[in-house]
Amino acid sequence: VLRHELEPHGLEIVTVALDSRGAGAARPWIEAAGATHPSLIDEAHVLDDLLGVVNVPSGTWIDEGGTIVRPPEPAFPTRLVADSIASATLPEDAPPRRRQSLAEARKIRFEPEAYVEGLRDWVTLGARSRLALAPDEVIARSPARSPEVARAAACFELGQHVARRGDRAGAVPHFREALRLQPDNWTHRREAYALLDAGQDPLHVYGSDWLSEVMRMGAENYYPPLDM
Amino acid sequence: MILERLDLTPDECERLLGWRIEAEGACQGERCVPLRMRGERIDVSELAAKLTMPLVRDEAHEVWSLGPESADRTLSSARMPPLTLPDLEGRPFDLASLLGKKVLLLAWASW
Repeated sequence: VLRHELEPHGLEIVTVALDSRGAGAARPWIEAAGATHPSLIDEAHVLDDLLGVVNVPSGTWIDEGGTIVRPPEPAFPTRLVADSIASATLPEDAPPRRRQSLAEARKIRFEPEAYVEGLRDWVTLGARSRLALAPDEVIARSPARSPEVARAAACFELGQHVARRGDRAGAVPHFREALRLQPDNWTHRREAYALLDAGQDPLHVYGSDWLSEVMRMGAENYYPPLDM
Repeated sequence: MILERLDLTPDECERLLGWRIEAEGACQGERCVPLRMRGERIDVSELAAKLTMPLVRDEAHEVWSLGPESADRTLSSARMPPLTLPDLEGRPFDLASLLGKKVLLLAWASW
C-alpha cells in the first residue's frame, strides 16, 4: 500500500531478507505479501557490516544520487506487527515462558505512524525535508565499530560458514563468541538461535534466549526511539 | 571474508580484500599501508594487524575469517557503498540501478 502511494513520487522500496537459510526461508513471506518491489536475499548479512544493521526491521534512506540521508533505524512501514502482538491470544495451557514472552513483546516500542509520516515528508520534500540528514550527521549516527564489534562480525561470519558446511555444532562456539562481544546485535543473536537443530533450546546451548535477553536489556530498549 | 589460507598473491589480495599491492604497500584508493612481500605473496595476518581487522580461525575446518576494520563509526562516508544481492530466483540486483530514485532499503528477516 505504501509503495503504491509513494512510488509515483519517486520512491522505490527494496526489501532485504537477512537470512542465512537463504531464499527458501524468505520465500513464503515474500510471496504471501505479493511483493512487486525488488525483494533481495542477504544470506551473509552483508548489511550488518556495510551499514551497521543490528535489528530488524531496519530502514535506510538513500537519495536519488546514491547518498544515504538516514542511516539504519527502526522501520515499521505498517501497524501489522504492533497490532498482531497486541491482539495475540495464547491457549489456556500455554507454557509460562511463552506467556512471559508475549507480555515482554507488548512492552516493545513500535512507532509505525511516526515512521511513515517521516517517510512521506522526505519523499515529498526531498533535500528540503528536515529529516534528510547532512552527510556528517549520517556518519555520526551510524553505529560505532569498536574492536569488539569488528571481531564479533568476524566470529559471526565464521559461524555462518561452518554451519553452511553442515557442522552446526561446530558453529556454536563462533556464534557464542560473537554474542559475547556484541550482545545487543539482535540479527546475530536471532540468526544464531535460528540455525540450531530442531528441538535445540538456545537457553541450553547459548545460556540465553529471546526472552532472557529482552528482560536483561529491558523491552523498552529493544528498539531505540525514532529520532525524527 | 572467509579465507582458506593467509598467503595471498597480489591479484588475490585485490580481488578478495580490495587492497591493491603497489610499491608503497597495500593501497585502497589514496590510502596505503606499508607491507612486506613474502616472496611473491603477502601475509594477510600482517595486513590485518596494520588495519586493525580481526582474524579468527576455525581449526577443524582450517579456515580464517577476516573481519572489518575497527573504526569510530561504521560509515566513513554517506555514499551508499556498492551493493549487489540476489533476488528470490538468484538473479543479481545492483542497487545502483535505482540511481535517480529515492530508495527505502528495508532489512527484515524470517526468523
